[in-house]
Amino acid sequence: MINNFDTKTLLPVRSSQGLDSLKHQEKKDLVLVNLGPSHPASHGTLRAFLALDGETIAAAVTEIGYLHRGFEKDCEAHTFQQCIPYTDRLNYVSAIMNNVGFCKAVERMLRVEVPERAIYIRVITNELNRIIDHLVCAGANLVDIGALTNFWYSFNVREKVYNILEKLCGARLTSSYTRIGGLSRDVYPEFAAEVKAVLKEIQLGVNDVQKLVSNNRIFLDRTKDICVISKERAISYGWTGPTLRACGVEYDLRKSDPYYHYEDFKFDIPVGSVGDTYDRIFIRFYEIEESIHIIEQALGKMPKGPIITDDKRVALPPKQQTYGNIEGLMNHFKIIMHGICPEPGEIYDFTEAANGELGFYIVADGGKNPYRVKCRPPCFMNFAAFGEMIEGTMVADAVATLGSINIIAGELDR
Amino acid sequence: MGVESLPILTTRKDAVLAWGQKNSLWPMPFGTACCAIEFMSVVSSVFDIARFGAELVRFSPRQADLLLVAGTVTFKQGPILKQIYEQMPDPKWVISMGVCASSGGFYNNYCTVQGIDQIIPVDVYISGCPPRPEAILEAIIKLQHKIENPHTTPVAQYKAKEPHFDF
Amino acid sequence: MESAILFEKLKEKFPQAIKGSTDRFGQLEIQLEAKAIPDVVQFLRDDSECEFNMLIDIVSVDYSAYPDWKEDRFGVVYLLKSLTLGHRAQLKVTVSESNPEIPTISHLYANANWLEREAFDQIGIRFEGHPNLKRILNHHEFVGHPLRKDYPITRRQALSANESLMDEMIVRLKEKGWE
Ligand code: SF4
Repeated sequence: MINNFDTKTLLPVRSSQGLDSLKHQEKKDLVLVNLGPSHPASHGTLRAFLALDGETIAAAVTEIGYLHRGFEKDCEAHTFQQCIPYTDRLNYVSAIMNNVGFCKAVERMLRVEVPERAIYIRVITNELNRIIDHLVCAGANLVDIGALTNFWYSFNVREKVYNILEKLCGARLTSSYTRIGGLSRDVYPEFAAEVKAVLKEIQLGVNDVQKLVSNNRIFLDRTKDICVISKERAISYGWTGPTLRACGVEYDLRKSDPYYHYEDFKFDIPVGSVGDTYDRIFIRFYEIEESIHIIEQALGKMPKGPIITDDKRVALPPKQQTYGNIEGLMNHFKIIMHGICPEPGEIYDFTEAANGELGFYIVADGGKNPYRVKCRPPCFMNFAAFGEMIEGTMVADAVATLGSINIIAGELDR
Repeated sequence: MGVESLPILTTRKDAVLAWGQKNSLWPMPFGTACCAIEFMSVVSSVFDIARFGAELVRFSPRQADLLLVAGTVTFKQGPILKQIYEQMPDPKWVISMGVCASSGGFYNNYCTVQGIDQIIPVDVYISGCPPRPEAILEAIIKLQHKIENPHTTPVAQYKAKEPHFDF
Repeated sequence: MESAILFEKLKEKFPQAIKGSTDRFGQLEIQLEAKAIPDVVQFLRDDSECEFNMLIDIVSVDYSAYPDWKEDRFGVVYLLKSLTLGHRAQLKVTVSESNPEIPTISHLYANANWLEREAFDQIGIRFEGHPNLKRILNHHEFVGHPLRKDYPITRRQALSANESLMDEMIVRLKEKGWE
């Protein structure tokens, strides 16, 4: 549990100056422990510094930034198109959702219409990614509690979804599937059938997991009424997405500010009642089911047509035109050499990603690179509350809670 | 005549040790970013790292002999990586998984270490962003080969105790 | 509430503080004086017609390389959202390079604490009255503010040892009554 216990540089345990004075007044001994930044249960590079009174956490402070790899500065040094691979690596469990979030913001800046077919494919891949994200979150969280079998159940279906995504865009994890104005390529012919088949398996996998845990005494004891956060506090911390809904706030951008025809799909928003770890895990299972409904509807409605806009400012011409006529060639040259240049302006645009509101604030100065990109990661707000939530609970509860708020370090630190 | 019927076999001590070491690598994943997610896939049932005897994933460096650095290492993370490496008992090997760990990858900026070999010695590098699970398995096979042939492919050693950064 | 109506309302309430507004793709950005931020935000949060109960984000921008920029060097954008009424607000202040100070709003929203730390870390805005204004994403030995336009992207700074976090821990323990 304690991985940097005996070092001068990283951590004073017990004998630090500050604590000596504390010990005099209060007869209790507090033990200082580092949870992270390289800790198996911390799902990435997060650090929580705990003062333990026995096994109870007396006080906790958290530190982030261990995976701060300069996403925002890198965006400023690359063109709008080149930023898309960087967005993959924000929330790397559900990469396409970040691609879509970023492209949607830029498309609004450019006032480009995305073709209907591309919108439906974006919805389908988005929801597939949401399913993966929830599966990974729930699976990993259950491992932390000791339920290893669920990990295999959820990861087996996840692997099947990855096979589809790989066929679709050539990469398993970091897909860079969208382009500004549409998509990088159309779906392959068997796509719909394969997705339908995999949806059935997802449903089976989720049922299996639920069967194992929902009446499991250990699981219930470990999660019910653990680390409850009130509605007001969660809102004040800026929580969005499943974690906020677990607290009983019915708020989903797909319903409240619908985009991409989400208003036309029939789906429900599961809402928790207590705001404890149990709600935060189970809400994800229910959301997977809703996502399955959305994908089924979207597959039925998906129209034929182009997958990228024909706007000459943003989309490359088809290869025949690039090689076949001078206009196509010049068009190609211009986009490659001069890039996509939105008018000067600023925009904040948001989508409902797997963890909550994923926002991009983009400042354009008329050039081919964004002048400034600020990502609003949903995890950041979740983790800000973590220290407060775990105070007064046991260390083991802290681990279970950390899994349930689903912190993805890439997005947290950018 | 089959080996089974021989009552005694003679071999060299280092050969038998290497044989044991190579077939029971205990990896400690130092997973920081996206690559760690792919590492999870390698461990899970489809790709199954157990086929190469490296399935006993340890989360304490003191119990591991293979450090698998999966993901971007930033300067803030640097001292921790060094500390974890030093906590591992000898003999130990390092696999650097993904371009980020190997060279900084496409994060050529103010906060990313341009390759973990500036901090710790590395035995096998894996390219890819993220590498495919098969590539990780191949790296393990490469490392096994390396352990078996220590004279032709010496294990990477600490050159300097202090990290040396090329800015 | 429409952002135009909100703008009129704020202008009535804080005539000195409001400087102007710009349309940002359907969302009205309201520019105001830096000094007025806590009062205006508190009003927006508590007024029954506004009820902006969530702080979405604090975005800081260095405009020093922006073409034809005439105002102060740094801009800070506050994005607010009302979950009950469903509307959003966007406030912007600019501060100069010599005195990049804005009063904190960390007592109004719980997440403002970290968001302000991030703006301080990346751009170098100082938030007066912030309880713990220190770096959050970059390490504690880092010098400068990387998202300023004059910070070269490849200027790397190594870290020798991680922070002990004792400073924060002592404060937190005191708050929890462990004195
Ligand atoms: S190599 Fe690619 S996938 Fe791996 S950590 Fe770096 S960015 Fe992520």
